[in-house]
Amino acid sequence: MTQTTQQEQAIIDDISQQYLTFIMASEEYGVDILSVQEIRGWEATTIIPNSPSHVKGVINLRGTIVPIIDLRQRFGIETLEYGATTVVIVVKVAIASDHKVIGIVVDAVSDVFSVNHSDVRCAPDFGDETDLGFIKGLTNTEDKMVILLDINKLLGSEILPEASQLSNLIHNIDAQQPQVVNE
Amino acid sequence: MEIDLSQFSQVFFEESLEGLESMESELLKLEVNQPDDESINTIFRAAHSIKGGSATFGFTQVADYTHLLETLLDEIRDGRRQMTTDHQDMLLLSVDLLRNMIDALMRKVDFEDPLLAQLETRFTSALAQNSSDSEEEHNSAESSSEESTPRNTTWIIDFQPGIDILRCGNDPSLMFNELRLLGELEVILVDSTLPDFSDMDPEACYLHWQLTLVTDKPLEQIKEVFEWVEDECTINYHQETDTQVKEQVEEVGAPATIETSSSTEVIAKPKAVAPAKTPDGGSIRVSIEKIDLLINMVGELVITQAMLGQIGQQDTIDEESLLSMKQGLEQLASHTRDLQESVMQIRMLPISFAFNRFPRLVRDIGQQLGKQVELILKGEDTELDKTVMEKIVDPMVHLVRNSLDHGLETPEVRVGKGKPEQGSITLNAFHQGGNIIIEIIDDGAGLDTQLIHKKAIDKGLVTEDEELSEDAIHQLIFKAGFSTAEAVSDLSGRGVGMDVVRRNIHELNGTIELKSVKDKGSRFTIRLPLTLAILDGQLVRVGKHTYVVPLVSIHESLQVEEQRINRISESHELIRLREEYLPVVKVFQEFGHEADFQEIRDGLVMVVDSNNEKIGLLVDELLSQQQVVIKSLEDNYSKVPGVSGATILGDGTVALIIDISGLVALAGIANMKEHAA
Repeated sequence: MTQTTQQEQAIIDDISQQYLTFIMASEEYGVDILSVQEIRGWEATTIIPNSPSHVKGVINLRGTIVPIIDLRQRFGIETLEYGATTVVIVVKVAIASDHKVIGIVVDAVSDVFSVNHSDVRCAPDFGDETDLGFIKGLTNTEDKMVILLDINKLLGSEILPEASQLSNLIHNIDAQQPQVVNE
Repeated sequence: MEIDLSQFSQVFFEESLEGLESMESELLKLEVNQPDDESINTIFRAAHSIKGGSATFGFTQVADYTHLLETLLDEIRDGRRQMTTDHQDMLLLSVDLLRNMIDALMRKVDFEDPLLAQLETRFTSALAQNSSDSEEEHNSAESSSEESTPRNTTWIIDFQPGIDILRCGNDPSLMFNELRLLGELEVILVDSTLPDFSDMDPEACYLHWQLTLVTDKPLEQIKEVFEWVEDECTINYHQETDTQVKEQVEEVGAPATIETSSSTEVIAKPKAVAPAKTPDGGSIRVSIEKIDLLINMVGELVITQAMLGQIGQQDTIDEESLLSMKQGLEQLASHTRDLQESVMQIRMLPISFAFNRFPRLVRDIGQQLGKQVELILKGEDTELDKTVMEKIVDPMVHLVRNSLDHGLETPEVRVGKGKPEQGSITLNAFHQGGNIIIEIIDDGAGLDTQLIHKKAIDKGLVTEDEELSEDAIHQLIFKAGFSTAEAVSDLSGRGVGMDVVRRNIHELNGTIELKSVKDKGSRFTIRLPLTLAILDGQLVRVGKHTYVVPLVSIHESLQVEEQRINRISESHELIRLREEYLPVVKVFQEFGHEADFQEIRDGLVMVVDSNNEKIGLLVDELLSQQQVVIKSLEDNYSKVPGVSGATILGDGTVALIIDISGLVALAGIANMKEHAA
């Protein structure tokens, strides 16, 4: 309960917030630009033994060891070969009073734009147990729908659990898009 | 001038805690019957500055209490009172009490302890007894009030404040007002040193004063007024009755701007100790020498960088510049190495910081148990990383408590055994290779081999028909859930003892060994790396992956022929090495990836130490040996079983550092050896 109210409060508070959007499997996602530390090309990682498959390993980011998460695998979307446009978005994730620096692998970086809080709609409730807390809401820019992610909830709680079935859910959200536009 | 004092209160806390620390150690050293003047002075000074500081910051509770201490100490110092063991006890208790008070102040909570009122009464009554046994100079002894000289004396005080005194927030007129409270004061301004108006700095103080004070109060009390400025000022006190200078204070010290202590200061108070538990991250005092060394090194680095930068700007590189570039790179490498070493040095502290708490501990517990104990400290100057030190103190306390409780016998028993009445516990520290060795030696009863064996059988740790050497039996005390204490006492015997000690030491990449001879005593040897930040590593390759194995745990590496390999089950394999059977962990299997060699006979087996047992690790190839800087995986990720951390190799890639005991746990072969035997 408190989580939802906090979440709603957060949305109301941000009158206008800038988001960095990226593309994954032809879907566009947005993350709060203030949490983005840098964007880098894909580079070989050192594999962490016995880690879940979406954890691609760790890299040396100027002396700090940073884990790299494949967001496609985290969302249970089929994986792609890493190519020239594959990028790693390095984000700062707040965990309790501390923060962690984590890299996320996405297909390509798309755009930066401002979103008014009034243009953000809550993610639809699918009625099942799947926790969609990491989806801050949905918004439209020009002709596209963007899924705004709460990076702290997505990566903050735990890196380990695999969010399977997410692809289905995201397709469901996709299906509801016309309604959102009509409202 | 308004100054926010709260920004300095942290410094006050630290200094007070240091003061208490030196009070405590001096008190413990003190021979009650013939107190050494220097020690009493040290104790007095510590109490005095805590009192002064707390009054300044408005911590009246602390100030009032230390005032009592100070009064008593002052009388002892002046020889007007004979020191007694009772006094020593009271003062030691006060040290604890004050420590708690300061701790409460740091946490900004109210301090309440019945002990406070209790001790206050003890002090007051002790002070009241005074008059009867001191014959000379006396006054209204009842109270805790200061001593006084009977006649009025005229003091001429030549007060020359330092030029910066106003900038520090000190106001001479306030001091004069305070002096006025002591007696009749006449102030003459000396303005001869006043510069021309054009040369004058409005914030500087160019004035001197000549003060004439008629008072019945002692010189100490006058000096107290100037206490906070005496470092920056020249103050001469003359007594008018006889013109001879009674005492001259001439201390012109520049106030230090950085929170550092020069090495001379360290010598002055060798018992200075960083607070053990501060709510914040804690600070560290570094000698100026070490900082200077670092600054020099950085200077060199900048020069080398400039030189390399110059070559980099050239469009073409001829042979000459290539040569100087190579030179520059070599310099850069050596400077980096030096810099790394010096930075490490900053974290190094002498182990006396950890040893210091033991005299008190041994005294208190010895008294409690009615045992006579002499504590011998050796190698207190041995340096060790601060983090390692913080983590080793608790295990050491545990071991010393154990030695006191289980090891040393009561005086009667000792005499019966033909040993001196007083037992001894020795703490010894020294460097050996890249390690620090800490020994805890007692001359007590030693381990009772039969009792341990019996207990271990009762607890089901070993079976009755198992043949164990004496040494092997001694090792059993490190097993979980083992405690031989007949009754659970306050001191030990909760059965969580030795295995926790061992685990803590293992977490620091260290080892603990035990040697014990019945009726002669026991010796625990703790071996620790000097620092947690750097590790001597052996790089190994498994498939496409490079791992680092701590060099300290490697015994040897060898290729094993087929006939020396025994399979005891599908996944468990042993090798025979000089009449020993060692389980082999296949690194690639535990880490779940490919390797060049899947079979023991094809690959390379590294014999390594895991919890005092040898095991083999199957790897593909040995690469180079090098020092690696340990980086945390947990900072940004989480703990990984079998991996203790990561490091960055020369080519910028990350290599994981293998945690051998974690890997063994992953492989689940902890008990495999016993199966085989």
